[in-house]
Amino acid sequence: MFEEPSYNDSIIAHLDPRIKIVTVFFFSIVVAVLNQIPALLCGLTLGFLMVLTAKVSKKDLVKRLTPVNILVGFLWLFLPFTIPGEPILHLGPFPVTHEGVLYATRITIKSNAIMLMMIVLVTTTPIFTLGHAMHQLRVPPKIVHLFFFTYRYIHVMQREYMRLVNSMKIRGFRPKTNVHTYRTFAYMIGMILVRSFDRAQRVHNAMLCRGFKGNLYSLKTFSIKKQDILFLVLATVIVIGLGVLEWKTTI
Amino acid sequence: MENNDLIIHLEDITFGYPGYDPVLEKLNLTFCRGNQIGLMGPNGSGKTTLFHIIMGLLKPSAGKIEIFNTPIETENDFRRIREKIGLLFQDADDQLFSPTVLEDVAFGPLNLGKTKNDAMDIARNTLDFLGLDGFEERITYKLSGGEKRLVSLATVLAMEPEVLLLDEPTSGLDKKTRSTLKRVLIDLDLSYILISHDIDFLHEITDTIFLLENRKILLDQEVHVHQHVHAHPHGAYSHEHK
Repeated sequence: MFEEPSYNDSIIAHLDPRIKIVTVFFFSIVVAVLNQIPALLCGLTLGFLMVLTAKVSKKDLVKRLTPVNILVGFLWLFLPFTIPGEPILHLGPFPVTHEGVLYATRITIKSNAIMLMMIVLVTTTPIFTLGHAMHQLRVPPKIVHLFFFTYRYIHVMQREYMRLVNSMKIRGFRPKTNVHTYRTFAYMIGMILVRSFDRAQRVHNAMLCRGFKGNLYSLKTFSIKKQDILFLVLATVIVIGLGVLEWKTTI
Repeated sequence: MENNDLIIHLEDITFGYPGYDPVLEKLNLTFCRGNQIGLMGPNGSGKTTLFHIIMGLLKPSAGKIEIFNTPIETENDFRRIREKIGLLFQDADDQLFSPTVLEDVAFGPLNLGKTKNDAMDIARNTLDFLGLDGFEERITYKLSGGEKRLVSLATVLAMEPEVLLLDEPTSGLDKKTRSTLKRVLIDLDLSYILISHDIDFLHEITDTIFLLENRKILLDQEVHVHQHVHAHPHGAYSHEHK
């Protein structure tokens, strides 16, 4: 369920993780506020180029893009009909508006472009390196800790979940549409919540026993190399370029 | 009681979880430097609770705790003594929370104010001592049960404690890891209290066995522990004797 991606040795994998985070952050902000279709398409193309450079496997790509696009699919069910504007075609009694289609298209492109960049980031950087890089970028320690602990204990929670599922299975539980099934699932979810609470308490105790005073220390050090600076400059120019394109087409 | 070798002195400790009968009642314990004590007792008799009271993770409703001849009351007092007393938790998943083994072992020394390089050196040496060299970059949650236990022990030992509290260190361990653990404890020659149901193990590495029963600690004179030599028809798995 929570497989760790395999890290390849593309150019992007060797970049300083801080540079990658900063780039993806600004790219995402700019793409999120873009409105013009040409500029958005450029963003999407950039995303694809990055995915190609990062040698992301097709399987990874599909696996990560699917959930986003399911959500986007739901938007397509409603937006074209609900945004007021000029009708371009009628599906039964419901008019599809030009504005609605445009709006949904924009969201589709934006979310996919941003998601592609995120995919590049997480498939080329081990999760823990990402956390340390966030720490070095002075992201508030609470968020970094939350990030670490979520990742560390999601596996423990998953194992606990599997244990519960197995113990239900070996006693012949088969989910059906009845109260017994609902109650069993409710018990299971409740049990997972209670257990995670207990676990959190015990982990905190264990940390106190080892002198925890609210600080986590990072043992990793990063160094900026020539190609990092080159990449950062290039990325800045491109992101600014996207903004300029938007501004030009607006005028 | 004034004694330089006295490490832990508990007097009339009473503790109960809210809504239940007390687990411990007027419990007394005297633990001196060099003592290597085994602690046995039925499940739920309060062995782990006792450890957590000593570490200040649980607050007794009554009684006095004295450690290194000083009364320990506030969280600040406990913080000081936690640097000298190492507690090995029952479940290694509670103890290991850092991404990699090296980071987890270095966590304690860093909290003690060591520099990054010193902490890494200490962590590496501790891992070597436990025969875990090469484990530095391993991911903690992907270790096997035995490896997790040994790494947990490394995280505790890296703080160079004077006393160890070991909560069922042998449960779920295979023979090999169990003998590694035994070797380490003998080599270290620290003072420790060890909770276990494994009477053979306790005989091998402790000099006194206490029994925690009826909310109190009974001395081993009252416990009828005996050495036994006999053949086992079903092979050499662990077993209990009445």
